[in-house]
Amino acid sequence: MGAVGHFFQAIPVDLLIIQTVNGIVTGMILALIASGLTLIFGIMDVVNFAHGELFMLGAYLGFVVFVTTGSFWLALIGSSLLVAILGAAMQIVALRPLIGRDPLNTILATFGISLVLQNYALWQFGPVVRKIPEPISSQFALFYLQYPWYRILIAVLSAAIIGGFWLFLKYSKFGIWIRATAQDRTMAQAMGIPVPLVYTGVFAIGAAMAAASGVLFAPMVGVSHTMGLDWVLKAFIVVVVGGMGNFVGSIAAAILISLVEAYAAIWVDPSQAVIVSFVILILTLLFRPTGLFVATPR
Amino acid sequence: MTTAPLDKSSPLKRSLASRAGLSHTALFWIGFCLVIAVLAAAPLVLSEFWRRLLTEILIWGLLAMSSDLLIGYTGMVSFGHSAFFGLGMYGAAGALLTVKPPNLWLAILFGLAGAAGAALFVAYFSTRLRDIYFAITTLIFSQIFYVIIFTWTAVTGGENGLIFTRPHLSIPFLYHARFTSTTMHWFVLAIVAASYLVLRRVTQSPFGMVLQSIRENEPRTRAIGYRVERFKMVAVMVSGLFAGLAGALYAIQNEFAAPDFVYFLTSGETVIYNVMGGIGTLVGPVVGAGFFHLMRELLSRLFGDQFPYLIPLGIIFIVMIIFLPQGIMGFARRWLNE
Repeated sequence: MGAVGHFFQAIPVDLLIIQTVNGIVTGMILALIASGLTLIFGIMDVVNFAHGELFMLGAYLGFVVFVTTGSFWLALIGSSLLVAILGAAMQIVALRPLIGRDPLNTILATFGISLVLQNYALWQFGPVVRKIPEPISSQFALFYLQYPWYRILIAVLSAAIIGGFWLFLKYSKFGIWIRATAQDRTMAQAMGIPVPLVYTGVFAIGAAMAAASGVLFAPMVGVSHTMGLDWVLKAFIVVVVGGMGNFVGSIAAAILISLVEAYAAIWVDPSQAVIVSFVILILTLLFRPTGLFVATPR
Repeated sequence: MTTAPLDKSSPLKRSLASRAGLSHTALFWIGFCLVIAVLAAAPLVLSEFWRRLLTEILIWGLLAMSSDLLIGYTGMVSFGHSAFFGLGMYGAAGALLTVKPPNLWLAILFGLAGAAGAALFVAYFSTRLRDIYFAITTLIFSQIFYVIIFTWTAVTGGENGLIFTRPHLSIPFLYHARFTSTTMHWFVLAIVAASYLVLRRVTQSPFGMVLQSIRENEPRTRAIGYRVERFKMVAVMVSGLFAGLAGALYAIQNEFAAPDFVYFLTSGETVIYNVMGGIGTLVGPVVGAGFFHLMRELLSRLFGDQFPYLIPLGIIFIVMIIFLPQGIMGFARRWLNE
């Protein structure tokens, strides 16, 4: 009995609560990235390898807009719009010719794009980490920490963007087009829906979501050209654990994985905490290969 | 990937063969011997720098060839070959650092063992999945190995990697001497050529035919009664072993093992070699590796060392996927046919 009591006393409750907040904040950013990835996959059958690079480029463009205008909110909007245009261009130039071919071709093409974008960022901005200051600097007391309100704002904003997008899918005309195309591409085309336009639009929306999360995330750790791969890997894990193309599942998985990683970081080095999410992935693949949050396995 | 042709009887070869009155096999062996002879004679005329580059290209070619077994023949795109390559490197490093005196063959054996361990792990988990799921999980697995190697500083040297000296080239009872860059080249060439013949035999064996039928139609292969998962697992294991062999050779040539080579970029470049050279041909990936590294060299000579060579090469890569999905070899074959 004594040993059990010691074990529970050894769990630092304050740390756990702090890490819960941290985990939810990163989880919401991750959910924003992953929902763009899963949207693109669900509708176009494209695994967008360049998604992390769109996130990274969004952060860099946010930095550029911030330096020129001095406004964080302009940076957020401007960078999302620019990356949306870039995403649309990417889709038209590199992915449209591949429609109808094996989906593996698209993973290769987007991988090529990610190489080009990453090296472009390195070439243009150099290996120095750039930083965007937080738009609001007030803090509140969380146990012994002064916790920045900005992080809470990130979580709320990410949730708002995801929620807004959900409403857009549900009620707007373009959203209905998107859902129709996802259900049956040929039928949608027969009904007069401009399917190629829907594809380009979906890609642009996904890219904009990645860019927005990049700008939101930038004040927390800074912007570097290598941040893309780390996040796209996490987003891939989230998307597989949540079930490919499953919008709600990937949001739940994003929060689950970020929470577990945050808790693991209490005991091990944060760079090793990543392994915990790899383990979740392996267990998911072993027992529920179609994803944790899919109701009926296919 | 349905683009890989079953090329055993291309019209060109047939017409050439009938004109010269030679069988396919004879033609293949003549071509093979010619290429090997040219590659073997090359270090005698090339300068030190180009000799080393050529040896490296052969090693990258072996890595690319090993992944072609999965990409081109089984239809599984692996984004995790850096794990096998890297563990081959670290296995060889481990043997060279712990066993005294350092032994060449032991280093290769340890490298193969390291790669086999990684391949077993990846094969067991990833082969349950198909297509893009396989690609993503291999990528994530290679990243697991990267994180372990990067953070386990006590054993792997962490970020700095491991440095050691090259063992002597020793063939029992026959030959024992220090490696020169020329004998290194011949040694690598011999191993790569032997690996090519083995892989070629594997792809033409009944086993290889089953792999190709998995690529063409997996449900039907399963319905015929083949245990598809087992075939895939063995394919990943074989591919991983040859990738590990490439890693061990690279470690021996360059006298170090570094975590950078376990990083995703190595896997990505392997896929690029395959697509550029032409998947499903075994020779193509080697050509692709040569093309990639020569272009890289050319670009850095033209525009300086700091030039981001991956930007133009990445664009070439995308253009090739769209317009030339059969790669250089496929293009050459079509062009020769016309």
